[in-house]
Amino acid sequence: MLCDNCKKNPATVHLTEIVDEQMTELHLCEECAKKKSSQMEQQFGLSDLLAGLADFEKPVEDKEAVSIQCPNCGLTYKDFKKIGRLGCSECYDTFKKFLSPLLKRIHGSSAHCGKCPVKAGKPSKKELDLVDLRLRLQKAVEAEEYEEAAKLRDRIKQIQDKKAQAEDKGLES
Amino acid sequence: MVLNDLLNHTSEWLKGTGPNSDIVISSRIRFARNLDKTPFPHWADKKQSKNVLDTVVKGAGECDYLKRTTVFELVDMDNVDKQFLIERHLMSYEHAQKNESKAVIIDDEEIIALMVNEEDHLRLQVMQSGFNLYECWNIINSIDDSLSKKLSYAFQPDWGYLTACPTNTGTGMRGSVMLHLPALVMARQINQVLAAISKLSFTARGLYGEGTQAMGNFFQVSNQVSLGHSETEIIENINSLIRQIIEQENQARDVILNQNKALLEDKINRSYGILKSAHIITSQETTDLMSLVRLGCDMGIIRDIDRRTVNELFIITQPAHLQKIEGKKLSAQERDLKRAELIRNRLNKS
Repeated sequence: MLCDNCKKNPATVHLTEIVDEQMTELHLCEECAKKKSSQMEQQFGLSDLLAGLADFEKPVEDKEAVSIQCPNCGLTYKDFKKIGRLGCSECYDTFKKFLSPLLKRIHGSSAHCGKCPVKAGKPSKKELDLVDLRLRLQKAVEAEEYEEAAKLRDRIKQIQDKKAQAEDKGLES
Repeated sequence: MVLNDLLNHTSEWLKGTGPNSDIVISSRIRFARNLDKTPFPHWADKKQSKNVLDTVVKGAGECDYLKRTTVFELVDMDNVDKQFLIERHLMSYEHAQKNESKAVIIDDEEIIALMVNEEDHLRLQVMQSGFNLYECWNIINSIDDSLSKKLSYAFQPDWGYLTACPTNTGTGMRGSVMLHLPALVMARQINQVLAAISKLSFTARGLYGEGTQAMGNFFQVSNQVSLGHSETEIIENINSLIRQIIEQENQARDVILNQNKALLEDKINRSYGILKSAHIITSQETTDLMSLVRLGCDMGIIRDIDRRTVNELFIITQPAHLQKIEGKKLSAQERDLKRAELIRNRLNKS
């Protein structure tokens, strides 16, 4: 079978298109298929879908928004709407008020509940407190100061519970 | 390790072992990660991209879990090399489109692959044979923790890991399970299953991921949503969906076996026969026939070869693998001849 477009090369890509409720089948060679797919992408890509979602909420306000620019990487809101990708991590701050509803629309939620990066050599103050309390508890037990030990144990448990709760909400500090 | 060493090695995901490996080919988890305040790959200039490459390669080099890995830079690869890695699921099609400041870091067992400067600065993936997302999670979580000590990740407590595309924001995680569902396809129930999958905000794709058609009854199911659920919740959601699909495929296999045993045996053995005797065969036909032979192995209809042989044949008959084995460029026609020869040799030996 020859390519429907150039009629020269053998057709290796088979495409089904629906235009005006009419289904057409296209048989293309690799080269013509590439051209066709880049055309299609221009017509309708992920960026359009995302931009469409972003626009959904406040189309009027958006007109002023297009000129907002990320101070870190220079990406404008207009760029984001065109390419559907952000420019850098700082863009998330720059475009926060537009991204929040967008993320909610995509994911059904806009609050992270997953893991957090581990920072080397910088345990949080709470963790340092815990280490300190555990050492004091050990000493208290050794010295048979049970009243003091019980207080320390409760304090440790309190911090751990708080930490567990924060982790459940993904808000560990 | 040099790239060609991989040829003599069976990728972890093709071993045909692990839980439910009669239906589940492999499980995979990938994390999207970026460096803080650094332009994402599509928005970075040459110098920035080169810096990212150097920083990530250095960070990975210091990570204990990545000791037995090799860095392959795309500038050093030809098109066959790149296609070869795509066929082995170690690199995405998108990653192969441009060369500059891009790399993929692969471990000797082909369990871990880290793409540098794909859509995000880091795309880390871990693969396992069979239905085993939790094992993938254990491995990838440790690597990620250790990398996060070396690299300053783009992260915000309320939105999680920040990615180039907002569809990956949050956990940056995608879990995928590759399924072989020939009986559901034969019973014409597959469209219902696929429709249900997309209703539950999961996606089903073809063998090679994003934008590829399902072929040979292979489907890759993965999560869409990456924000608002923890990693283990996402895994549990995929797992419970996959368990149901496995159940349905098993039921469909039973029904076909009970109602059309002769027809099924005929179909499977004819496929086996063609593969054993063909002299010219395309990769599409190979995939379709191999799918039925695999079903034959799984159902005990074909007993003289095992699942691993089928899996291996499946990968070495792909275009770039054939050219690597031959050590030269082959035209499509030459490949069809070579492919048939290779299959004949392998299947008639056993």
